[in-house]
Formats: sequence, structure tokens, C-alpha cells
Amino acid sequence: MKRFRSRRRGGAYAQFDQHEARLIANMAAQVAELVRDGSPTSVGSADPLEALVGIDGSAEAPEDPVLKRLLPDAYRDAEDDAAEFRRFTEHGLREGKVRNAQAVIASLTAGGMAEDDLAAVSAPDVEIDVDLDAEGVQSWLRCLTDIRLSLATRLGITEDDQERWDALADDDPAVMMHDIYDWLGFVQETLVLAVS
Amino acid sequence: MAATPTPIELERPEADEITALDAPWITLVWNDPVNLMSYVSYVFRSYFGYAQAQADKLMLQVHHDGKAVVSTGSREEMERDVEAMHGYGLWATLQKADV
Repeated sequence: MKRFRSRRRGGAYAQFDQHEARLIANMAAQVAELVRDGSPTSVGSADPLEALVGIDGSAEAPEDPVLKRLLPDAYRDAEDDAAEFRRFTEHGLREGKVRNAQAVIASLTAGGMAEDDLAAVSAPDVEIDVDLDAEGVQSWLRCLTDIRLSLATRLGITEDDQERWDALADDDPAVMMHDIYDWLGFVQETLVLAVS
Repeated sequence: MAATPTPIELERPEADEITALDAPWITLVWNDPVNLMSYVSYVFRSYFGYAQAQADKLMLQVHHDGKAVVSTGSREEMERDVEAMHGYGLWATLQKADV
């Protein structure tokens, strides 16, 4: 992948190979699944009016550390306020994240991404054209952020920890994940610069 | 039938009382090891409409001091801003401004 380039009216354009496209699509799908499935199964409120206006979110902070980072508390040291805020906003926040992931996958599919990894292997030289309008740019920026936050939380990434990764063996799965994390950072950086 | 209301003089509030009523809440954005500096500045520009210099200043403040006040206003406004920041993947909270 080369860097994202700017398009008129706030859009951006880049090319990915099949492997890169599948990687991003898989990660986006995982985030969507986590955010969707992490929803409270017993819908918080049985009140049909509350459900109608979308106040059916949980007041409880998620236990999964990744979800906790993607859906953080809005108040510190004020549990009741945080719970109330969550009850009114978390549902919408989750929906937005799922929509962004779906938009990212859709733009890769529209660019010619193979339908599965096997098909990707059999057509490795096909370039995937990702052509984004301003709205698509927003979905990509936000979804890349969600993917990177998820990876970083799982990997336990901290500020200035490069030495830790350099010390690991090249074939350590964590190193491969970290390489993906770095690469997604590069993709996002070029997208930010393209629309700045 | 309602009587015609008599006009009454309202006492003018002191200036700092207005401030206390208008802007008693703040939105804080906290540092995290993941979000790109370029992206954080971009979010401050595109959501709050801050100029590049102001957005960069706030971004650097988050980076170096661990947090920065990015907006001030009513509690409802700050809840909207925090919700928007969470949509961008930034770690934000709101609280009463220190008196």
C-alpha cells in the first residue's frame, strides 16, 4: 500500500493488495462483532417507550478491557453519572462503530477485494482501489482507530515501549500483531494527512 | 382573566455569576498511547472547529501533561462533546470546572 492521496471535496484514495485488504476487512469485522455481541443480551429495559427512543443500553461498564476502552466512562469518580450517561449513549456509540466497520468492508469490497482468504491467495496481484468520499474518510479514520485501540489493549501497548517489541523473537505472534498495529498506524497517518 | 403583568425590574446578575451559570462544566481529553498526534489534532479541528495552531497546542498539552480541557460549557453541551470524542475513539470525560 502506498499512502492515501487527497481527492477533491474531502475525499481520499489509496490502493491495497489483496492481503492488506483482507487484513483490514478481517480486523474491522472483528471489531464490529465484538462491539455488537458485547451488547447486553438481556436488553436493559423492558419499557417499550424507552426501547423506542433508544434508551435500551446497559448502565454497566463492560468487563472486557477492549470494550472498556472503546466505550469508556464519561465521568471519573462518579459512578452513578457514568452509568446514566452510558444508559443513554452506549447503544448509539456501538451502532456507530458497527456502521463504520461495515462501511470500511464495503469500500474494500467495492474496490475488488477477494471474497475470502483463499480467493485472495489465488489472485495476489489484483490491486484494490479504495476511493472514499468525505463520509467514507470519517468511517475509515474512526474504524482504524477502533482496530488500533483493540490491538493495543490486547497487546498491552504503552508509551515508548519499542524496546520491548524489539527484544522479542521475530516469529513471536505478538510481534506479528505489533507489526500489523504499526502498519495500521501508517495507513491512518497517511489518511489524516491526505484530508488535513 | 389574567391581569396584565406589571413590569418589574430584575436585578442584574454579577458578571462572575453569569460565568458560573453558563460554563460550569469542562470536557477533558486524556492521553493514550495509541491515538496518533496528527489524528488528535485533526479531531480537534474538525469537531470543535479550532484553528490548526490551537488544535496542535491542545494536542501537545494532552500528550505532555496527560490531559487537556478541550471545551467548556453547560453539562448537556459537555456530554455531547464527550459522546462525540468517544465516537472518534478519543478518551474523554466531563466534570465540573474547578471553582
